Amino acid sequence: MSTSTTEVEQKNTSSRTMGLPKKTLLKWYDEMLLIRRFEEKCAQLYGMGKIGGFCHLYNGQEAVSTGSIGAITENDYVITAYRDHGHAISKGIDPNAIMAEMLGKSTGTTKGKGGSMHLFDHRKNFLGGHAIVGGHLPIAAGVAFAIKYRNEQKVILCYMGDGATNIGSFHESMNMASLWKLPVIFIIENNRYGMGTSVERSSAVTDLHKRAVSYNMRDAVIDGHDVLAVYKATKEAVDHAKRTHEPTLLEMRTFRYRGHSMSDPIHGHYRTKDEVESQKKLDPIELFADILRTEGLADASYFKDAEKRIKKIVEESVTFAEQSPEPPLEELYTDVYRESTGE
Amino acid sequence: MPTVSFREALNQAMDEEMARDERVFLMGEEVAYYQGAYKVSQGLLQKYGDRRIVDTPIAEEGFVGIGIGAAMVGLRPIIEVMTFNFSLVAYDQIVNHAAKMYSMSGGHYYVPMVIRGPGGAAHMLAATHSQSLESLYAHIPGLKVVMPSNPKDGKGLLKSAIRDENPVIFIESEMMYGDKGEIPEGEYTIPIGVGEIKREGTDVTIVAWSKMLTRVAGKAVEELAGMGISAELIDPRTIRPMDWDLIVNSVKKTNRLVVVEEGWPFAGVGAQISHEVMQRAFDYLDAPIERVTQEDVPLPYAHNLEVASLPSVEKVVKAVKNVMYQNGK
Repeated sequence: MSTSTTEVEQKNTSSRTMGLPKKTLLKWYDEMLLIRRFEEKCAQLYGMGKIGGFCHLYNGQEAVSTGSIGAITENDYVITAYRDHGHAISKGIDPNAIMAEMLGKSTGTTKGKGGSMHLFDHRKNFLGGHAIVGGHLPIAAGVAFAIKYRNEQKVILCYMGDGATNIGSFHESMNMASLWKLPVIFIIENNRYGMGTSVERSSAVTDLHKRAVSYNMRDAVIDGHDVLAVYKATKEAVDHAKRTHEPTLLEMRTFRYRGHSMSDPIHGHYRTKDEVESQKKLDPIELFADILRTEGLADASYFKDAEKRIKKIVEESVTFAEQSPEPPLEELYTDVYRESTGE
Repeated sequence: MPTVSFREALNQAMDEEMARDERVFLMGEEVAYYQGAYKVSQGLLQKYGDRRIVDTPIAEEGFVGIGIGAAMVGLRPIIEVMTFNFSLVAYDQIVNHAAKMYSMSGGHYYVPMVIRGPGGAAHMLAATHSQSLESLYAHIPGLKVVMPSNPKDGKGLLKSAIRDENPVIFIESEMMYGDKGEIPEGEYTIPIGVGEIKREGTDVTIVAWSKMLTRVAGKAVEELAGMGISAELIDPRTIRPMDWDLIVNSVKKTNRLVVVEEGWPFAGVGAQISHEVMQRAFDYLDAPIERVTQEDVPLPYAHNLEVASLPSVEKVVKAVKNVMYQNGK
């Protein structure tokens, strides 16, 4: 981790934006900032008892969803685990609907049926939000199976935490995806801890991307603090998948600033305050801001203005959510069985 | 009407649905090159190729999940489990994912998928290979559970299940694949959720499905007729949704009910049927409802113990005589 971070810091002085349009780069900055501020607001609302259930925040990992989803098109699919707010925002889901969902309102992404851990939007090809660790990995392979079945030029990005790499569905999904050449990019967001258990204490092989070797699958390990590195690696994997239908396993090394969920302490007994604080110095948003500044793409006034714009979006989402009605009681029995015509 | 075996009827259902709908595919262990562990998919590989008839590794959780993902984006998977005992390996996928998707996504995604294969005891396969798990699946909102008892119903219901917009658990029987029966010529379907009176009667209603209907309850009804007891035999055909009206109306006529199931007694399907009838026809009942189930133990291997554990004609006759108050006290 520290090695790649040093590389990032060294490279900040060189041109490393890969010829990407300024508009795209600034959009990514705004998006990461939106995710950060949106979730800070979530933490507040959770503390006030307005958001219920389990709420897992993405603070510190923003570069992963932004950089990787930045590498796909609207027609490509995304599926993820329960730490899903960042991916949902990156895939273009309206923050108003996400906030309303967290508050359990009828205007939420799933009309108040799913909550924080189960965001969905078929119009955005966002297939959830899944809260059983590893449960969505075979589903991702199934979406990729359908892509290949119809011979489409699409991919699905499938995110998981480091903890998911030790459950059986990981093995089954990786094997079949590789065996059948299914266009899925498995992205491990290695934030070092599955809840409170470190990778070292849970995995016999701690370089998680090396698992790919067992499945004859392509792999790479990426500094997940660096949105450009995330984009580059994902784009390469996506292009390859669209050409060949072949899967890739990417390990993004990242860090979550908060506890596993809102009900957990920030460091607790399983990691030190020093570790958290030192990781915060490698903040993905700050790192990217440095690049934009160095490359002359954004200045102090841009960043100041971005804060204001983002704050407004977040405030609006809260107002929208709070003013939205609760789901009507008739909703209790809707969407359990879909009507079948027999045709 | 042509006479076909149960496996041929199921094969025809899949064949016809695959011919009419490009989105339908069959996936499971040994379904393609082996031609099906119980030969239900025989010949389909030759007709549709390995793009649509897909052999899998031994990985039920994985390939059931693949079915769910494919269904979510528009395909119509038929997932074969070699037996429903092995579906327990995929229980997370079925219960936490297939059953929940439509509701939990607020209607954004749904899972039109069939999971099919044999369930129940065969012959001396012991505890892990002999289970009747319909109550485990019927418990879960979001799932439908279908259990046909004959080739005609098997074909018509499987075609409906494939066309259904929801995950359907379709439980067959190893012992019944060779059963022969007449099926209608040409295209037909049988709706999910509609039961059938197999034989009209006046003294007692017997509800049984799948193998228990043909091997046990049906024979008991014959025996009872010889004793002058007129039993009405009902095949619900679908466990969920259950055709409650059919059962309740029959009980209102006969005033007595015996439910026969191959599964265990605790929280079994018969318990639910008993409750519904108690609620809706309490004043019509002339005797407490009797249930005939497998004994409340893991099924042993030894033949005599296996036979002793499972429902039998004798047990059903005894239960009927109980509700008729004819066993003498």
